[in-house]
Parts: sequence; C-alpha cells; structure tokens
Amino acid sequence: MSAGESQQAVVDSVTGRPIPLPGNDIDTDQIIPARYMTAVTFDGLGQHAFQDLRFEQDGQPKAHPMNDPRFRAKGPRVAIVNKNFGCGSSREHAPQALWRWGVHALVGESYADIFFNNCVAMGLPCVTMSEAEIERLMASVNEDPDHDLVVSLATMMLTYRHQSYAIEMPEGARKRLRTGAWDATGQLVQALPQVREIAGRLPYVQGFRS
Amino acid sequence: MGKSLLDKVWDLHAVRELDSGQTQLFIGLHLVHEVTSPQAFAMLREAGLDVPFPDRTFATVDHIIPTDSQARPLRDGQAEVMLTEIEKNCRRHGIRFFDPASGHQGIVHVIGPELGLTQPGMTIACGDSHTSTHGAFGAVALGIGSSQVRDVLASQTLAMARPKVRRIEVQGKLGPGVFAKDVILHIIRILGVKGGVGFAYEYAGSVFDAMSMEERMTVCNMSIEGGARLGYVNPDDITFEYLRGRPYAPPADRFEEAVAWWRTVGSDADAEYADVVRIAASDIAPTVTWGINPGQAIGVDAEIPDPSSFDKHERDVVEDAYQYMGWHEGDRIAGTKIDVAFIGSCTNGRLSDLREAARVAKLGRVAPNVKALVVPGSQDVARAAEAEGLDRVFRDAGFEWRLPGCSMCLAMNPDKLQGRQVCASSSNRNFKGRQGSPSGRTLLMSPAMVAAAAIQGVVTDVREVLGKGNA
Repeated sequence: MSAGESQQAVVDSVTGRPIPLPGNDIDTDQIIPARYMTAVTFDGLGQHAFQDLRFEQDGQPKAHPMNDPRFRAKGPRVAIVNKNFGCGSSREHAPQALWRWGVHALVGESYADIFFNNCVAMGLPCVTMSEAEIERLMASVNEDPDHDLVVSLATMMLTYRHQSYAIEMPEGARKRLRTGAWDATGQLVQALPQVREIAGRLPYVQGFRS
Repeated sequence: MGKSLLDKVWDLHAVRELDSGQTQLFIGLHLVHEVTSPQAFAMLREAGLDVPFPDRTFATVDHIIPTDSQARPLRDGQAEVMLTEIEKNCRRHGIRFFDPASGHQGIVHVIGPELGLTQPGMTIACGDSHTSTHGAFGAVALGIGSSQVRDVLASQTLAMARPKVRRIEVQGKLGPGVFAKDVILHIIRILGVKGGVGFAYEYAGSVFDAMSMEERMTVCNMSIEGGARLGYVNPDDITFEYLRGRPYAPPADRFEEAVAWWRTVGSDADAEYADVVRIAASDIAPTVTWGINPGQAIGVDAEIPDPSSFDKHERDVVEDAYQYMGWHEGDRIAGTKIDVAFIGSCTNGRLSDLREAARVAKLGRVAPNVKALVVPGSQDVARAAEAEGLDRVFRDAGFEWRLPGCSMCLAMNPDKLQGRQVCASSSNRNFKGRQGSPSGRTLLMSPAMVAAAAIQGVVTDVREVLGKGNA
C-alpha cells in the first residue's frame, strides 16, 4: 500500500517502528521547507523531510530523532507527535514528505485542520491520545525503541511493548480510511448530476438572471 | 434561532451528505497557483478525469515568480518548468490563466478580490492556506491540499466537515498608528495559534464594520495563523461598493439583484455561535511578533515576555523561540536592529497598505545597511500605486520597488534572507526559516511599522514617527 499509488486501499491498521517527533506547533515549513517545493511532483521530498532541523546548512547532521541511530529502523514508521502538528501552510508536500520518508501513521495530541485533511486524503491516518498517554508512549519508546507499534483503526487501540493505549479519530475520517474511501474523488465525481443541479440553483452561478 | 453566514452558505452549497458524515460541498470559485496545482493536474490525468466546470477556476503565478525580472525563460530553470506546467495545464483544460502578460497577474489572494471574482455568499477553495482572505467578502473560503485541488478540478466539490463558528467581536475605535494587522496579531495572541482549530472565525463589531475591504482582507487572511481554517466578515455596503464595476463582478444592470441576494447570506441577528469572544479596540497597540509563530506577539512598547511567565505547555516553544531569535531576559522589541524590511504579501500587499507605508517612508530615508523591498501584490496594485506616485516615494526614500509576487513572504523565488538576518516584515508567518534562510529571523508587523523600522534601522513605534511628521 502506498499513498497515491494503490488507490481505494483499505487502511485498517498500520504496523511500524516508532519515531518520536516531539514539540508543539510544528509547522509545515519545518516539515518541508519551501525551497524544496520548486517542482511539479512530490518525488524526492522524503529525503528533505525536516531538512533544517536535521541538518546544518553545510549538510552536517544535527541531533534529531530522524538522525538518531536508535530510530533508524527500516520499513514503515509511526510518528509520535505533540500538539497542533502540521500547522501553517496547506502544502500537501508536508505529509507527502513524511510518507516518502516512511511515516505511514501518526499518533499525537492534536493536528492542524488542513494537515489532518491532507493526510486522510492520501490514506495516512492521524490518531490522537491524551497528553499523558503520549508522554507514557514516548517514554516507553525512548526506553526501548526496537519494537513494532501497531495502530488499529478497527479496535481504536494502539499497542507497543505489550501495553495498550486507547486512540481517537473523528468517525468520518476513520470510516473513510477503513472503507478505502479516503480518496474521495471517485465518490464526488459520481454525484456530478446533483452538482449541476446545485450550480443551477445558485444565483451567482446563473449570473443573477432572475 | 437564526443562522450564521457559515451555516447559510454551507446549506446553499451542500450537494449531499457523504457516508463519512462530511458534506459534499459545491465550490463556486476555485483559484489555483503554480505550486500546489501541478500534482493535482497530474492525478487528474492519471485517473483520466476531466474538468467539468473550467469557467469556475482561475489561475495565476505568484509563489515562484521573480520580482526583479519576469523575462522568459525565468532564470531559475525549475521555476520556468513550473510556470510552463501551469500554462500547459490551463490551456489543456480551458482555464483562464492570469499570467504576467495578462496585466492582472499577482498574488492569488490579491487578484481574486480585485478582479471581482470573490463575492459574498460564495464557497471558495484554493490550494493555499491564506484562502481565508476571501472571507472578508462574506464568502466561505477554504485552504486545501493538492489532493483536494484535484477533487475540485474533477467535481467542482469538496468533501468537508462543517466547522463550528466562533464570533470575535472587537468594539470601539482603533488608536492612531493601529492597523488591521495589529488587530489580527492581537487576536491570535489572545486565542493562540491553535485556538481556532475546528472553528470558522466570524469577525464582528464596530472595528470591522468601520474597516475597508482591504483591511478586512488583512484580518481574514491570518485566520489560519490562529488555527481557524476560515474567517469571515458579514457583507455590507462597504463590500458591495468595493465590488461595483470590477471586471468579474455582476454587471450594472444586474448589480442590484446581486446585492439583494448578498444581503440575505449574512448572519442573522439571533444566530447561534459555538463561542463568542469580546475584545476592546482600546487594548490593541501596534503589535510585533518576537517569536517563531504568529501568536508570539507583543505591543511595540512592551518587554519581551519572560519564558517563566508561560505555562508548561507553551514553555518549550517559548524557550525555543528565545534561543532561535537570540533574545536575552529583559530585552524590548522596540530598538531591535533590522537588516531587511519587506512590504508586501497576500496579507499586506494592497494599495492601502502601500499608501500607509509610503506616508511613513516620506518622512525619512532607509537606514544604512537596511535592504528594503516593496512588492505590490499584483500588477493592478502596482499600476494604481504608480499612478499615485507611490513608487517614486519609495524609491526616493531608498526602497526597492519590485514586480508583483509572493516574494520574501516564503522565499520560493530569489528574494531570501541571508544567514541570521532580521527582517521587519508585513507578511503572515514568522516560522523558523520561513523567509528563505534556515536561520533567518522574522518580525511581523503592519506595513507602516515596517516602513518605520526601515528608516530608523530598528523596530520603532510608528506613532512616534508619525507624531514627528505631523509636528
């Protein structure tokens, strides 16, 4: 399964190694600086995820979880974040960069609106837990990061090192992911006859001809 | 119980409820630019989908366009590829593209309103978070990502959950030297950068009633900086008079018909709100950000707050901001040395912004060692400003008068900070690295305050500069 490639895939659970990305109000300019957006595709964004937090301007790595050998496992990852993750610019480049770096799910205290929507629209689940539970999970991960973390949208439980955590997600988003309807286009296009009907009723679309 | 504008406009545009509980919402106006649309057009091609309502989408180029020369090919090869791509996509689908040759190119949130495309009661979407700007007209205007740009292109609709509405009332009269920018920075400072998540902000009260459309746009523009995906002002005579005679506004013989409908979409007097916040205009001073998000702001005459004065949830971000910005305990924002002054952006790149900045620029010259840029928001703004001689005022004072674009607001073009430069900026985001240098520092403020900082070389209370000018 890969966002944008295998459309209409059901996202019922994600299993991957944890990667903590702590901090409140992490904006999408941090996730992917604008200078990497002069391109007509999302290709290659993964290597620049969190570029300026991960690397000095001369390319020397900085202390950042994504550079930490303890979190360098291969394969899909589940990012652990704090409050208001993904605020600021609407750039879908941000979740695309995370996805292409390997993040296949996020668990955090809260997300910015547009970021959350963008993630659902590409089949990338963002679930939430309380501050205390995130703290407990981060501590468990920091103690021993070398296990798979499982996010289940079926049971709305997260498990790590035999510990369970209750997770939350707005029901609509959960349903879209679980039924594979996270890519809304097909469904929206189906209703084109009704769309034309609504357009026909709107005075401004009709040029205010009464 | 009455309805809010949000609810009325939402209901008028609801195609159907989806299984997910979201609404399939008809989008009356879709605006696209070169950064977030090429991926959407590519997805459309891959899915073999068409654009059924090409005359409801309008495009321009703003983020990557250089402000010194728009000569083709653009010097940056990748920027040229992006410009060529949006040209091709618009041509292929029959979408009107306001390119530099059209005479109407500019920042997407400047040209939509000035062309009369943005109107009350509409739903508006654009792959850009500052789409909230258009709410100034009493529209429901939503910033979206590229996958949703694809959805609008393919179906003229979006799958969206209806937000709650918070009414923000600002009553009273703004003091001299206090602008719309100060009002919205003050609001974000009070409600926080995540306070608006899940909300639409309805701006109401005598302060907004008295504002021009351009001032209302400045306020609505930064709704997203407070976490609110959209913000709006109920339409009134100021709105209608602004629209009269604009190229895409209803023509004279149907204008009154339009006004009659526009009057119906405003919030009812007895509308119900999820929340109401009241703010006194007299509490608002010329405001400057000192940190790394737009909520970290203070009055220009205040001391930078002590990190220990914040609760534990804010403290990490505050300490990070202190370190990044290089503050020391007891520092004041006034007197902070600047290297660059930037006047422009979708927040403050309109004619009235340039007029206010020029009023200050007239009183001095750009300080030595300060690079000062004035970037009009659009070709129309540039022409109007030049007709008034504002370009001369700025040039005579030592500012550079540039071509329209997003410029140094996000630096996806040659206009960038260098190293740890400090920029007094009329833009909307002071995020780390936002203005093109990973260690560059941004102080957000009104255009008049930027002009004052430019001529003094340090952050200055514009009231003092204007006071001297009047004496």
